Amino acid sequence: MIEIENITKRYGESTVVDDVSLTIAPRTVTVVVGTSGSGKTTLLRMVNRLVEPTSGAIRLDGEDNRALPGYELRRRIGYAIQGHGLFPHRTVAENIATVPTLLGWARARIEAKVEELLSLFQLDPASFGPRFPHELSGGQQQRVGVARALAAEPKVLLMDEPFGALDPIIRAKAQDDLLAIQKHFQTTIILVTHDMEEAFHLADRIAVMDKGKVVQYATPAEMLLKPATPFVESLIGAGERPYRLLAIAPVSSAVEPGAAEGAPISSAASQREALAELLWSGRDALPVAGPDGAVIGKVSLEGLAKRAAGPA
Amino acid sequence: MPKLATLIRIAVFLALVAFLLQPHWFEPLLRPLVQDNAPVIYNQGSLLQLTLLHLRTVALAVAAAALVALALAILVTRASGAEFLPLSRSLVNIGQTFPPVAVLALAVPIFGFGEKPTLIALFLYGLLPIFENALTGLTTLPPSVMEAARGAGMTSGQRLLKVELPLAMPVILAGIRLSVVISLATATIGSTVAAKTLGEVIIAGLQSNNLAFVVQGGLIVAILAVLLHDALQAAERRLAARMGR
Repeated sequence: MIEIENITKRYGESTVVDDVSLTIAPRTVTVVVGTSGSGKTTLLRMVNRLVEPTSGAIRLDGEDNRALPGYELRRRIGYAIQGHGLFPHRTVAENIATVPTLLGWARARIEAKVEELLSLFQLDPASFGPRFPHELSGGQQQRVGVARALAAEPKVLLMDEPFGALDPIIRAKAQDDLLAIQKHFQTTIILVTHDMEEAFHLADRIAVMDKGKVVQYATPAEMLLKPATPFVESLIGAGERPYRLLAIAPVSSAVEPGAAEGAPISSAASQREALAELLWSGRDALPVAGPDGAVIGKVSLEGLAKRAAGPA
Repeated sequence: MPKLATLIRIAVFLALVAFLLQPHWFEPLLRPLVQDNAPVIYNQGSLLQLTLLHLRTVALAVAAAALVALALAILVTRASGAEFLPLSRSLVNIGQTFPPVAVLALAVPIFGFGEKPTLIALFLYGLLPIFENALTGLTTLPPSVMEAARGAGMTSGQRLLKVELPLAMPVILAGIRLSVVISLATATIGSTVAAKTLGEVIIAGLQSNNLAFVVQGGLIVAILAVLLHDALQAAERRLAARMGR
């Protein structure tokens, strides 16, 4: 649990973060979105005290984050940034071992951890461990950056536009990997981005920041159905609303009884994918296959249209 | 298969060693430069010994300059020492603008003849390139890497030793290389105040109108400078290549 309480940061006359309070549930993904200059990065950096707040407090599992010296606090919190920030003079394995080494872990434990993380990120430890960062592709560097942030098994992971430098295809893959890893390690993630698509894809809750204030803090569905301000509405994009609504819900929640022709769609796919398939194939309904592959019902164009409708 | 340039360097180095150990082998080459009956090979001391003393003087002066310049550069790039930047810059610049000959002239009355005034002159002269390069190296580190180092929970000392200095090392080495080359050449004038360097050979040649002495003294210094320059540059390249620059 992360409790951000009335946190304010001023630089001289300008207030960058203005009296922000958020409570972040453990083991969830919270995405902070906003335009550049909205204070979202400053807010993130106050959690691990790369920036000291002017007033207010942040508590991690009830403990004030000023109870420890800043560097010790940061060893307990994962931190991944845009452009990965890998140490160019150290190998991939040494990069990942950064925080465990600072914490004085035994060598065997560090080696095991590096190996585990590399495998988890689909990088062969024997081949990638001894390489230098510049010998990796952008997507691989980014994965090593996240692996380094997770090396000391932090309960909290802070990410500042971690996928900003990746091309769209690799980015989508990196986002899916992140969700899988979040489930694996049960990490609480706070991620900052200006990409709404990314926010809706990853977030359990989204905090929208504008001019230093959090203007709405809600689940993606709530935010779509009841945007708090015109700014939130414009950030979501009026033309995107129905599709985003379908994108954040799985097909399994839209299954109707009955049968339909053609190849089935997985119940784990998003409703948006089902809609796309329906439109593309020119059909009115698709059969839906459960996790075991058996057909459990259908999903119809009409049913999806109702679900995509906003509040009356 | 080593490259041609490497082979040439190895050959030059071997020739230098041969010349220092067995100078009389090279007598026929230098004979045309002297009048009849004049000695061809420097005969007032061992060339090998003078070369080693020359190198020792340079090594001591550059090591001291590197230590002081690096310490200054580290100090003024810390938040707490930033206000000393202009002061250290001027100090180091004065060291560079003062001609070594003038330093020798001023130092002799205080420290007497011998190696000390030369060491002081070379030390002052060598500060600037190392200081400026270290400053450049320490202030142009990639911001995302520095951010990651802080974010990982490194203390300021750990950041300096584990990230900043290793990353700045190729640039710092380039400064040391400049200082070494400058000092190798400048050390010869130390012999005007009785320091044991290869300048002794050149000065003896000038005094006795013996061109062979001047050439052999000058050539040894020049070859040392070229070989050390190349060796240090190769080290820089290796370091930089590891980091993908």
